[in-house]
Amino acid sequence: MEVPILKQGHYLIASIQSALTDADLSQLREALIERVGRFRARGVIVDVTALDVMDSFAVRTLRDIAHMARLRGAETVIVGIQPEVAFAMVQLGLTLKGVSTALDLEEGLLFLDHQAQLRIERGTGRIDRG
Amino acid sequence: MATKGKDAQSPLPDPQAQSESTAALLRELVAHLRQNRTQLREEWARRITRAQLLTAMTEEEIFAEATSVYDNYVEALETGTFEALQAYARNLSERIIPRGVETHEVVGIVLLLRDVLARSLFAKYHEDFTKLNRILDAYEPAANRIANTVAVGFVQERERIIRQQQEAIRELSTPVLQVRERLLILPIIGVIDPQRARQLTEQLLRAIRTNRAKVVVIDITGVAAMDSNVANHLVQTVEASRLLGATVIVTGLSPEIAQTLVTIGVDLSEMATVGDLQGGIEEAERLLGYKVLPLEEVAPKV
Repeated sequence: MEVPILKQGHYLIASIQSALTDADLSQLREALIERVGRFRARGVIVDVTALDVMDSFAVRTLRDIAHMARLRGAETVIVGIQPEVAFAMVQLGLTLKGVSTALDLEEGLLFLDHQAQLRIERGTGRIDRG
Repeated sequence: MATKGKDAQSPLPDPQAQSESTAALLRELVAHLRQNRTQLREEWARRITRAQLLTAMTEEEIFAEATSVYDNYVEALETGTFEALQAYARNLSERIIPRGVETHEVVGIVLLLRDVLARSLFAKYHEDFTKLNRILDAYEPAANRIANTVAVGFVQERERIIRQQQEAIRELSTPVLQVRERLLILPIIGVIDPQRARQLTEQLLRAIRTNRAKVVVIDITGVAAMDSNVANHLVQTVEASRLLGATVIVTGLSPEIAQTLVTIGVDLSEMATVGDLQGGIEEAERLLGYKVLPLEEVAPKV
């Protein structure tokens, strides 16, 4: 199943609706990285609220998305990890090191706004021209 | 040779006939115990008092319990089924455990009853030694099984209560408290075993979700000792919370624990630690953008 990717301002939002195969995940990764460039996105939000299982491939793909998007100039945040999923991930040692996380979509958007603010303050970010 | 063959054929009397005779003996035994119920029961109650068992109960209570134990005992001997006795033993344990009756007392009174009854059998059959022997053959296994049933019932009931209490203590000992909007504290007191660590983490993660917490302060002032297992549980809790978007601050590491952790080489570099709970809450407030000011600095002076 293809994951819909929405554009919201400078952010891309990928909302996973059901369990994904490895091929779906790879497809999501490619689509996101391509669109970060096409839409000049500053932030990517991957919403995993609907997932009640996360295997090592899924975690690795999410981490890859975050790192690749950063190389393309966008910050990534993973939102909506369920408590049980978080617990299982930690038990398996899949901890998404170096990847930002937030409670839900709303928090994720706030987080990205905050990051953008910081970048502008530091003078390293692109200046918003509308 | 012929004798040997005969022996092999019937080393013992026919089992059917033997069980029948055992049943007949038990019937006789039960009749005897029924007949002498009043006297034997009184003797038993007297011996319980003399042995200073069941001190938590009054004499009337002992006599009342003795009566029902006696009747159940005789019934178990008669029917050879132990379900009723088992149920009674459980029920009895439920009533007397809260009053502080100990295991040795329960075992003691059942053994006393066994002895009282055996003595009365000696007195009744002392003239016919063979008969006495056969009566005891029938009586002893049944009596031992009864003693066993009652003692096991008591211990099981006790264990059930202990399990229940452990569960309750666990539930009580891990509160997750909200001190400010989006700020939770989790004070941990006592020993952390893997089961409790798991429960703690699950409770914390649920609370983070329901309270939409951004910062969590875990206070371990009340944790006496920490080994690498416990430290790893803590690291896992911190990681799992981060996956839900919450920052964790650990406070109250005692000097001993700090030394132990460094000595055994647990990597806590990923963890934010602050000396005490107050410092932790202040740090959390800073992260959340709160600033606590004395009133006169906020309100205009009158």
